Amino acid sequence: MNTATARGIVPAPIARQPWEMLIPLVLLTTFGGLVLYSAGGGAMQPFAQSHFIRFAVFSVMTAIIASLPREAVRVLTYPGYLVVLLMLLGVEIVGQVGGGSQRWLEFGPIRIQPSELMKPAVVLAMARFYETLPNGLIGTWRSAVPSGMLIALPIGLVLLQPDLGTSVAIAFGGVVVMFLAGLPLWWFMSAAGVAIAAAPLAYFFALRDYQRARVTTFLDPENDPLGAGYHIAQSKIAIGSGGIFGKGFNNGTQSHLNYLPEPHTDFVFATMAEEWGLIGGVFVLTMYALILRWGWKVASESQDRFCALLAAGATATIFFYIAINLLMVMGMAPAKGIPLPWMSHGGSSMMTNMICIGLLMMVNRWNAAAPRRGLTG
Amino acid sequence: MIKIPFLRDGPGRRAPLINASILRSTFERRAVLIGAVQGGIGVLLALRLGYLAIAENEKYRLESESNRVNLTLIPPRRGWILDRDGAPLASNRADFRVDLIPERLRNADDTVDRLGVLLALEPARIADIKDRVKTSRGFAPVEVASGLNYEQFAALSVRLPDLPGVVPQRGFSRFYPTASSVGHLIGYVGPASAEEYEKDPNPILITPGYKIGKDGLEKQFEKNLRGVPGARRVEVTAGGRIVRDLETREDVQGAPIRLTIDGPLQDYAARRIGLESGSVVVMDCQTGDLLCMASMPSFDPNSFSDGIGGVEYAMLREDERVPLRNKVLQGLYPPGSTIKPMHCMAFLRAGVKPTETIVCGGGRRIGNRFFNCHSSHGVVDMNKAIAQSCDSYFYHFAQAVGFDAVADMASLFGMGKQFELPVNSQFFGTVPNAAWKEKKFGRPWEPFDTVNASIGQGYYLASPLQLAVQSARLATGKAIKPRLIIDGKADEAPAFDFSPDNIAFIRQAMSDVVNGAGTARRAQLPLPDVKMAGKTGTAQVVSLSISDGRSGPWKYRDHGLFVFFAPFDNPRYAGAVVIEHGGGSGSAYPIARDVMTFMFDPQKGLDALRALEQQWGGTAQQRLEQRYAAYAAERGAAVKPAPRREQEIFDQVEAEARVAARQSEAIASDAIVPRDEANAAIPPADSTAPVAEPQPQSAPAPTPPQLEVSE
Repeated sequence: MNTATARGIVPAPIARQPWEMLIPLVLLTTFGGLVLYSAGGGAMQPFAQSHFIRFAVFSVMTAIIASLPREAVRVLTYPGYLVVLLMLLGVEIVGQVGGGSQRWLEFGPIRIQPSELMKPAVVLAMARFYETLPNGLIGTWRSAVPSGMLIALPIGLVLLQPDLGTSVAIAFGGVVVMFLAGLPLWWFMSAAGVAIAAAPLAYFFALRDYQRARVTTFLDPENDPLGAGYHIAQSKIAIGSGGIFGKGFNNGTQSHLNYLPEPHTDFVFATMAEEWGLIGGVFVLTMYALILRWGWKVASESQDRFCALLAAGATATIFFYIAINLLMVMGMAPAKGIPLPWMSHGGSSMMTNMICIGLLMMVNRWNAAAPRRGLTG
Repeated sequence: MIKIPFLRDGPGRRAPLINASILRSTFERRAVLIGAVQGGIGVLLALRLGYLAIAENEKYRLESESNRVNLTLIPPRRGWILDRDGAPLASNRADFRVDLIPERLRNADDTVDRLGVLLALEPARIADIKDRVKTSRGFAPVEVASGLNYEQFAALSVRLPDLPGVVPQRGFSRFYPTASSVGHLIGYVGPASAEEYEKDPNPILITPGYKIGKDGLEKQFEKNLRGVPGARRVEVTAGGRIVRDLETREDVQGAPIRLTIDGPLQDYAARRIGLESGSVVVMDCQTGDLLCMASMPSFDPNSFSDGIGGVEYAMLREDERVPLRNKVLQGLYPPGSTIKPMHCMAFLRAGVKPTETIVCGGGRRIGNRFFNCHSSHGVVDMNKAIAQSCDSYFYHFAQAVGFDAVADMASLFGMGKQFELPVNSQFFGTVPNAAWKEKKFGRPWEPFDTVNASIGQGYYLASPLQLAVQSARLATGKAIKPRLIIDGKADEAPAFDFSPDNIAFIRQAMSDVVNGAGTARRAQLPLPDVKMAGKTGTAQVVSLSISDGRSGPWKYRDHGLFVFFAPFDNPRYAGAVVIEHGGGSGSAYPIARDVMTFMFDPQKGLDALRALEQQWGGTAQQRLEQRYAAYAAERGAAVKPAPRREQEIFDQVEAEARVAARQSEAIASDAIVPRDEANAAIPPADSTAPVAEPQPQSAPAPTPPQLEVSE
């Protein structure tokens, strides 16, 4: 790219864009669209078309986010967090009034899932918090309690919905930021120890029956081949039967004959692997690796703490989706409704991931505009 | 970079000063760590993907195929069961049917109720199905209905998406054209029980619509009749919707079996038994072919093939005429006077001359005791002893030659023996002798035992089949063996060492029973050129103090028996008729006469039957259906379900048959007071008028037997 710029073939505004991420992203989304085309029975409707439209719409949003000025973001971070938190509260209230659990708010034709917005919002708020926290207070209670509250409040609200997967995703983004902010390592180790000790208690007292069933099914999938374990078993059959080269585009039997549950959302990777085989799987993994590697590069090139933590947190949030979804479809994690970024059909996850990409591009632009100046914070 | 140095942040140490550069380097180190963990997970995912797609590819490809491809077995059409002329006694009918797979039902009762409305099933049938769904193992299909018309089938098919576990299909079902006439002989078919499936875990056994033989010849020849199932491979969705056919293999129909039975004769005899409870056996005297083995009342094997309904079973169980018992094989009766010609053969062999006479003065003194005859016959030779059934003659000569010699002859004629026949259960009966009595009761043989046995009473027991065989052997002088299946030519039966004169003598004497001055003159065939020979028998079951044998409670009345062959001088057919509690031989020989008339002149035989059936209220099958309808209307709601396992029914029927066979044992401990062979006690003038008498049993009362009386 640099050479291209030097030769003046490509105009500078275009050459400036992070193509090392954008190309894999577009390839991945297009590939996802192809898989959804097949999952839709070999038609653009009902999945592929809306997938592409959403990607186009959210790309505009991403571009807008990417062009936000640094000061505006710093100023708007906490109010933005607060707004999303109020929306989460709103979900609870509407849910109570409506007499049923729901996860979204409706504004005319648009349906917003505030818990999704909360993932980048928490990362932003945490980055902002640690930016303003005086260095000397790291390691004291003041470095942990306020930020802990920033995570705990939304998690509590999301758990009430109840949505365990999203609350874990929010926690993951927040904790990664805390970790990178330099909080004492033994805090994390003790927390992990407590979590391991508390897991059985949580299993028996905190989890709902269907969540408990997911855990037991994961631990022993053969136990219930036609019940909850059916999903994971069918997903493994789809992936394994694809072999190296797959059954061919539109020839997947597991997805086309409905053996694979949710072939267009949670199990889109299995739908893909059945038709495209190991080759397709390696391609998808490679694209994700390129995108995430770029994310970390942006984080490490950041000049200040806010940018570094924001970029790392956004990357971690994207990673969380990918890892949990792929572990699940390959039978290594409990089944949970976490979609695969840019491949699964669905607006909410697309929005969250595109916001993360927008934040990363924004930081990347700031980095390019003001190269790192050494040890300033 | 990544050294253990994070650990120095441990609780034990105070970091002296935390500045931006330390935080930055912590960030970088930790970022590398998280990146490494993420990369590690990425590698793990790639390895896992490779493992699933390469190492386990074979396994998952098979699983994906077995998901996609559904193999449906097509039940083979069962082999036909043919009569001797090739007419079907059991065939298959193409029809629409519906089955349930209990383990796939969402709400069993609700589904059955909905099917009941859709298919307009009777309440009793719905109750049966619910009961069967509850007690069946989940995988074994339960038949809801068969023989549906196309409209019902189509109405059901469109509702299938709401009715998981309901399997409608086109198929074949077993059909018995003569229904109850062949019930006991052919048996019936039904779905395999869970036990049968466990014994032979062949998936065809739990394919809806597949039936196996449960009783009779259907069970005996299961292997021949079964055939080879066809198969249809289809691509299906997870929901079970068929996407397309991949491959179809046609079924191979089971091999037919051809019986020696003469279908029309079997049907005729069964119907001719009428309201009585009894059996008719007819054999071919040359080959031993069993032409007819009718046992009535019977059940309708057509209605048993979709499972034995609770109401139907209760009705059959409560009937004291035991419709579930095959009386040809499982009915044992004292043979009474019917074995007298055979005993004469024993006397002849022991050197008694046919012309030797005794004097019957209403009985005869044997030893120091006087034993009664049913009549006072005066001077009696062998011919008169047979024709008029004089008991005194048999008391005397049995005592003279010794009953062991008579018993040996009885064994030679097949009494107390089983025959090689493809049947599920065959009772042997008893030919009593001293050794037998000693072994069984620990008491010595007494003169009155000889007296009783010499006239076919006492402990003597025979099945109708044995009586027919002994009649055929007597008629031909050959060791005729009964045969039920036509497989090649019948073996030539070896001849006994009887002199032709003796054989001719017995034939003549038995002809005189019917055509001369005998006890069964009303049994003469209404044919100019064929004369039937026979011998009447009246077997007492209770002592005279309980019943006179002709009236009163049905189960105390005498059995009526008749053995016969025709034509008398060149026997072609032989047989036996036994009417349980018919009140004497007068209930039996008219049936034999009509059956033999039908044999030689079917039209004449049918004319006689039609007249009778008008009095009785229809054919046997029609009456069975009327009774069922009446019974179901009355008792429908309050019956216990039929046993789930057919074997329980068979065991019960057999056990009861054994008990019933011992009824006459009670009076065997002393001499019998014989009754009049020909029932002359009933006034001839009243012979066609119904005899008014109480009917103690709750079962619909048959009109009294039409007794025919000789003058």
